[in-house]
Amino acid sequence: MKFQIPIGPQHPALKEPISLRMTVEGEVIVDADIRLGYNHRGVEKVAEEKNWTQNLYLSERICGICSHSHSTCYVQGVEKLMDIAPPPRGMYIRYLVSELERVHSHLLWLGVAGHEAGFDSFFMYTWRDREVVMDLLEMITGNRVHYAINAVGGVRRDLDDLQKAKVLEGVKILRERSVYYFRIGASEPSFVARIAGVGVLPLEKAVALCAVGPTARASGWARDVRKEDPYAVYGELEFDVPTADTCDVLGRVVVRVKELLESYKLIEQMIHKLPEGPIAAKVPRKAKPGEVVSRYEAPRGENLHYIKSNGTDKPERLKVRAPTLANYPATVEMLRSGFIADIPLIFAAIDPCICCAERAVVLTSARSGEESIVRLGDLRRQALERHQKAPLKRNAVWPF
Amino acid sequence: MLKKLARWSRIKSPWILHLNSGACNACDIEIVAALTPRFDVERFGILLKATPRHADVLVASGPVTRQMRDRIIRIYEQTPDPKFVIAVGACAMSGCVYRGAYNILGGLDQVIPVNMYVPGCPARPDAIVDGVVKLLGKL
Ligand code: SF4
Repeated sequence: MKFQIPIGPQHPALKEPISLRMTVEGEVIVDADIRLGYNHRGVEKVAEEKNWTQNLYLSERICGICSHSHSTCYVQGVEKLMDIAPPPRGMYIRYLVSELERVHSHLLWLGVAGHEAGFDSFFMYTWRDREVVMDLLEMITGNRVHYAINAVGGVRRDLDDLQKAKVLEGVKILRERSVYYFRIGASEPSFVARIAGVGVLPLEKAVALCAVGPTARASGWARDVRKEDPYAVYGELEFDVPTADTCDVLGRVVVRVKELLESYKLIEQMIHKLPEGPIAAKVPRKAKPGEVVSRYEAPRGENLHYIKSNGTDKPERLKVRAPTLANYPATVEMLRSGFIADIPLIFAAIDPCICCAERAVVLTSARSGEESIVRLGDLRRQALERHQKAPLKRNAVWPF
Repeated sequence: MLKKLARWSRIKSPWILHLNSGACNACDIEIVAALTPRFDVERFGILLKATPRHADVLVASGPVTRQMRDRIIRIYEQTPDPKFVIAVGACAMSGCVYRGAYNILGGLDQVIPVNMYVPGCPARPDAIVDGVVKLLGKL
């Protein structure tokens, strides 16, 4: 006997509105259906009405947790379009904030994973330590979450010696803490038992379904844009891409803790290598006509922005492909043949950022390959028509 | 007498429900950060609850997307009286950067009555704690 269980859009296990339809047989999940759209705000359309600089702040607000990754991805693209190279000092500061953001995002995620596994003290620990990096970010940029440090052609704020020392100090504390977490994980058998073997995604499935970020790396696939296609300063820095081959939630925890340690290494290198000079270049108000694709390794995986310019001071099109969207097919695969009790854990393990992934999609008919865009009014009319025409179910019985 | 007792317990231990109506997540992580050791709203007796039926205060963020509109109204109706709503962030107040986008209604007060606004993009955890405490002071 199969049942359908709806989860969401407002559900205690989910922090954001999304709806999951689980088809279950007893305790086992047979199929999963992810329904989006509760968080769709229409950012891409709004972007067409704002100029290049205003869009910087809009793209930041696509997502709150990885806000810097969206604005950096966008600004990289715009700089390519305008054909300008930001000065090295500006670049270093920009990517220093990137790495600090990765630290904050991974610590946040570790806490959430602990919470979902029923290990609440771990949640409180990591969130307490996360405040250290939040303070550093606030000191450098002036805000806790939306940093707004990027400007087209560089960054907005400089770093002085005192701040540099403080960052190094903070990183030292954080490193100690992360190593401690690593040991906690290994010596806490109930925690390990809860997350091992849950949400398995074998390597070939990960490749077939195009998983990205830590989800792919935990399946033994060393994918990282920073390494494969080193942008900006990453070519000059030394770091490894950690992977795990257990392919489950345990692997995803291990990968993220190791990534934290790599990020600390990167931050220290950037502080030591920080070149002298200006922090921003002068930029034109308009961009040349053209199109560009910009890639960036966000905490959750590869982030992709496509920007098209028509020669004015506004973009003609901005398309965002956030990492969570790329990970959805893999999530469905992970959920299959799992247990109901594992749903929050598995779903949290991809570090879903629903507001990132809420983009409109153009439907392509599978038979004719024809694209169609449907207006909201038409859609409503179609729905009504279909509803009226649908055969009335007589003698329907209540299943219980 | 009973009324007094009810009022006292309400002030001493308000239970909150966190409601995301299409926010960018930043306000939400700041709400969660307010629950963690640095800010620790639990010392005021504030507890995060999982269901609207147990909650006294709805802490809502986000500009209200069309899809969430009916759900928000339903959640508001499920909350037992007396209930209070705190709108966290510029989005919940007026729509923030998304103002004018086709899929948002632009503010929580377009759909449900709001008792307290906490400005900021995102609102800082200290501001959120301050908002909750001020609301309690008004009861
Ligand atoms: S107010 Fe700002 S931070 Fe809060 S949800 Fe809206 S855009 Fe995000």
